[in-house]
This record gives sequence, structure tokens and C-alpha cells, in this order.
Amino acid sequence: MEENKPKYEVFVVNTAQYYTLHTKKYGMRKKWQPADPNEIRSFIPGTILEVFVTPGQEVAAGEKLIKYEAMKMQTILEMPFTGKVKEVLVAEGDKVRKDQLMIVLEELAE
Amino acid sequence: MSLKRNILDLRRRKKEAQQGGGEAAIGKQVAMGKKTARERIKAILDDNSFHEYDLFVEHTGKDFDMEKKVLHGDGVIIGTGAMYNQPVCIYAQDFTVAGGSLGLMHARKITKIMDHALKMRVPIIGINDSGGARIQEGVNSLAGYGEIFYRNTEASGVIPQLSVILGPCAGGAVYSPALTDFVFVVENISKMFITGPGVIKTVLGEEISMEELGGALVHSEITGNAHFYALSEDECFEQIKKLISFIPWNNTQKALRFPTQAPTFPVSIEDIVPGDPHYPYDIRDIIKAITDSSDFFEIMELFARNMVIGFGRIAGNTVGFVANQPMYLAGVLDCDSSDKAARFIRYCDAFNIPIVTLEDMPGYLPGVDQEHAGVIRHGAKLLYAYSEATVPKVTVIIRKAYGGGYIAMNSRHLGADFVYAWPTAEIAVMGPEGAANIVFRKEIDEAENPAEMRKQKIQEYKDKFANPFVAASKGYIDEVIEPLETRARLIHSLEISENKVDKRPTKKHGIPPF
Repeated sequence: MEENKPKYEVFVVNTAQYYTLHTKKYGMRKKWQPADPNEIRSFIPGTILEVFVTPGQEVAAGEKLIKYEAMKMQTILEMPFTGKVKEVLVAEGDKVRKDQLMIVLEELAE
Repeated sequence: MSLKRNILDLRRRKKEAQQGGGEAAIGKQVAMGKKTARERIKAILDDNSFHEYDLFVEHTGKDFDMEKKVLHGDGVIIGTGAMYNQPVCIYAQDFTVAGGSLGLMHARKITKIMDHALKMRVPIIGINDSGGARIQEGVNSLAGYGEIFYRNTEASGVIPQLSVILGPCAGGAVYSPALTDFVFVVENISKMFITGPGVIKTVLGEEISMEELGGALVHSEITGNAHFYALSEDECFEQIKKLISFIPWNNTQKALRFPTQAPTFPVSIEDIVPGDPHYPYDIRDIIKAITDSSDFFEIMELFARNMVIGFGRIAGNTVGFVANQPMYLAGVLDCDSSDKAARFIRYCDAFNIPIVTLEDMPGYLPGVDQEHAGVIRHGAKLLYAYSEATVPKVTVIIRKAYGGGYIAMNSRHLGADFVYAWPTAEIAVMGPEGAANIVFRKEIDEAENPAEMRKQKIQEYKDKFANPFVAASKGYIDEVIEPLETRARLIHSLEISENKVDKRPTKKHGIPPF
């Protein structure tokens, strides 16, 4: 079976290495990333109705960031902590996918 | 004289209704590379066996000028016929009539033939080719779908239900196929989705073709919604005929019996498995080396390829095979492969088909995505399905049987009737590499040359545990057999299990981890 070796991928299970093929779906996996508290992402596909903040603005916890509409419902995303808006990546009228990055926050200096 | 006139009138009416949507619409259907509903029925059933019902049924739509429209047969053909000279029920949506859209009477026709199939205990084949609900009939269309789903569920596990997707099948319409036992799709023709590309574009601005969103290959390879993938309608019809030959007509019968044929696979069963357990081979070669005429009819060939399921015959009788596939992902268990095998096991159990399990897997697929996708509850389906099944259950351990996977793959502990192991079997709590790292951690850490010590300890573990004899000494496996003895042992085991009785506590139904 040595002659077949080149086409196989190495696959590790419980520290043992196996030679095998990958499936298409396995190749489509997304690598897991820990959630970043400074990132405001859409949790459902929808349309941006209003953006309440601009880059550089200091915002208190609980204030409005974005209003967007999804599945015929309007949702308002609020500031999770008191901090500063670093970037705004969406504008009114934009359509967003699920899990799309919309706003980047940063903690206040000091 | 008057009788003759009546007969001629009947013939004229029949001919008109049988035209469906008329020549122009049929021309369009053909231009899309599709056969007509009537041609499809004819191609699946035995010659001249089809009897149509409800040819003269008319729709009942009253709104939006629908009352002025004539829709022949209301866009669906239903009837009875035969396959292998045994009766079956069939329906085919006719896309040439109002896009095969489902209105109240269309649904009534389908539920009529479904009721018939269930009462007569014969298989039902549904050919789906429909634009979806007939919007003009409003909530009546939704009612129609609901009544079909209810019957699909009622008939589940009593009569075989086959869904053939030969056109669009969108929105609510997809759920009837999803509730049935087997779904057939054809490249470029079948499209299945809940929300179509149009809506996705409006809501998300994302452009995707029907084929990429819910084409035949997507459902065969990625979603697991389809069981059989074909390149043409003709190939699809051959698959249907072949599948039907393997399964019983209802849950009180056994599958058709065929004369025993010797395997014809050109390679000896002793020469398939590589000596090094880290190298793969195609488990289907082993199945072919033990089945009659080396004929293995694989189900869900492209989905979760690390697990192989399908039908073959041993000494003329249908057997359901469940086997790890070292060729893909080393044959690990994961969410998809557990789902795939569990549903098939339940199918076999419902329809009195013995299950033969071939085992060679190193454990569960590691990874955050698997854990977060719920490999615990998906993996539990496999345990549930095997434990619940009361048909004859035979396991052959070919090579690796490590850890939780050893238990899951129809072990003695889950109620296997016979467990055999090849001398190459490694039945252990985990692979030697992993086990040595844990058991001998102290020795390895404290050694002057840890790498050398690890190697030595792995070998020590291998010599002691990576074999079938520890499990055999406890009676967890019945016999260690030579590969060449496999077919004969299976024949014997299945013969002896012919009248198996395995009574379970009475209950309404269990609660499997869906």
C-alpha cells in the first residue's frame, strides 16, 4: 500500500497519525475563533435601518448602536460596555449576513 | 349504438385530460431535459402495469379568475402498478399543468393514493416536480401539505416510502421527501430548498444559483437530504428498481429472496487490508468480497463518506451493511456519520433486515466544530439505534475498535447477537499511541530519553492490548476468525437468527436523541 501514500492526507486522532482522504464537507469547516467582546456582529441576516454612532465617539453601556430589520422585525443593538467606537463598517440601507462584523469597539484609555 | 357513442366520448375525454398542460408546456418540459410525469411513471413500473385514478379531478380554486382555468388532473397523476410483479402505489406531479403547483384537489389526490398504499401495505413512490404551493388557493394549499406530512409520518416504518425529486421542490414541499425513507436526486434537474435564491438575494444581497444552493450534488454531498444521486433520469429509475429489489413490501414481510450466488470480487479478502493500521483501504472491497455476486448497493455514497451504508445479499437474503470507511477521515465517527448510520439502522430494524456491522475506526473526530455541532447527541443516536434494533445484528471487527467507538459500533454490550474479530483486530480503550502517553506518563517524563521510552512503551502497550484476545478472553467477542471464514460465519449467523425473538418493554415509543 506504500505506493498509495502520496495522495493521502495525514489525520491525527488521539495522537496517532492515519493516512486517509478528506471529505469535501470536512474541508469546508471553519476554524473556531473565540468571540471578541470588541466586535459587534449581526446575529441574523437583515438590513441596517439606522446607525447611531460614529468612529471615535464615546458611548455609555446600554446606548443604541444600530437599528436593523430582519425577518420583518426591528431590533436595536446596544452598547455592551462603556467604551469608544473604533470603526463602523456598515451604513444605512446595507444588507448584512449572519455574523457579519458591523462595529469595532475599544475600551476607554486608562 | 348509444353505448358506442358513450365509449367514444370517454376516450375523447381521457385523451384530452392525459395531455396534461398541452403540447407547448410539454415542449418546455422536454427542453429542460426532463421527462413528462407519465413517461416517468411508465419508466419506473413494470410494462403496461399502470392504472390511473382521478384523471378527471378538477381544481376548486375560485379566486383570481382560477374558476375559468382548466387544469387537467389538477397537476398530479396518481395510480397503482407493479414492480417485480408486485403491487405498488405511485404519484407524479405534472409540471406542465400550472407548474405542478399544489392546490387542494392536487393534495387530495396524493393523500388518496397514500391512504391506499398504507391500507394495502404496499410501497409508495412519489415523484416531485412542482413549483410549490398554488398561491391562488391560499391556505388550502398549506392544508394539503400538512395532510401529506401527516400521512408520511403515519406510514413511516410500515410501508416503504420513496421520494424522487425530478424538478423544483421548494418551501413546504421539501418536507414530504424529508419524512420519507429514501430520496432520489438527479444532477441539473433536482432542486430542493426552503428559501430560494430569489429571497436570499432580496434579503441578503447574496447571489447563488439554484444548483449551488440546493442542487442534486449539494444534497448528496453536504446536507445529507438525498440518498441516491444520478446523472440522468434513466439512471435514477434504475436505482429505484434496484433499491426496491432489496426491501420488503411492508413491515410484516421479509425482502424478496434471491438464489445464493458466490462473491466474484477479484481480490482475496486476505489481501485488502494493509498490515500497518495507519494506512487506509476501501471497506467496500471487504463488503464486496463477502456479498452474493459481490453486489453492494450503497446508500448516501457521497455524504459522510467515513461511514458506509447500503444493501447486499448474503446467501440470497438482503442484509443492511454499516461499516467504517478508513479511506475517508480514517473512518472516524462524527455527527454526520452517526446520523447516517443511525437512520439506516432504524430503517433495517423497521423492515426486518438483518444488520451486519464491519468495524475499523480509531474513535471520534476531534475538534471544536464537532463538539459545538453536538457530537454528543448525534453520536448518541447511533447507540440508541443499535440498542433499540431487534433484527439479527452481527459485527465483524476488522482492525481498530477503540474507545467509545468500539461500544457504538454494535458491540456485544449494545445487544449484538454475534461478534467476530479478525486476528488483526485491536480492541482497546484507545490507540496504543494515546494510551501509552497516559498509562506510562510518569515513566516517559522521567526517562533520560523520553522519545525512546515513549516508543518502547507504545510497543509494550501494542503487544499487550492491540489485539482481539483480551476482549475474547472476557467473552466480549465470540470468535476470532480468519478473514476467509467471514462469509461462511455470516451465513451461519444469519441462518441461526432467522427466527430471532427479542421482546422489549411495551411502550408508546422511545425518545431517541433526534
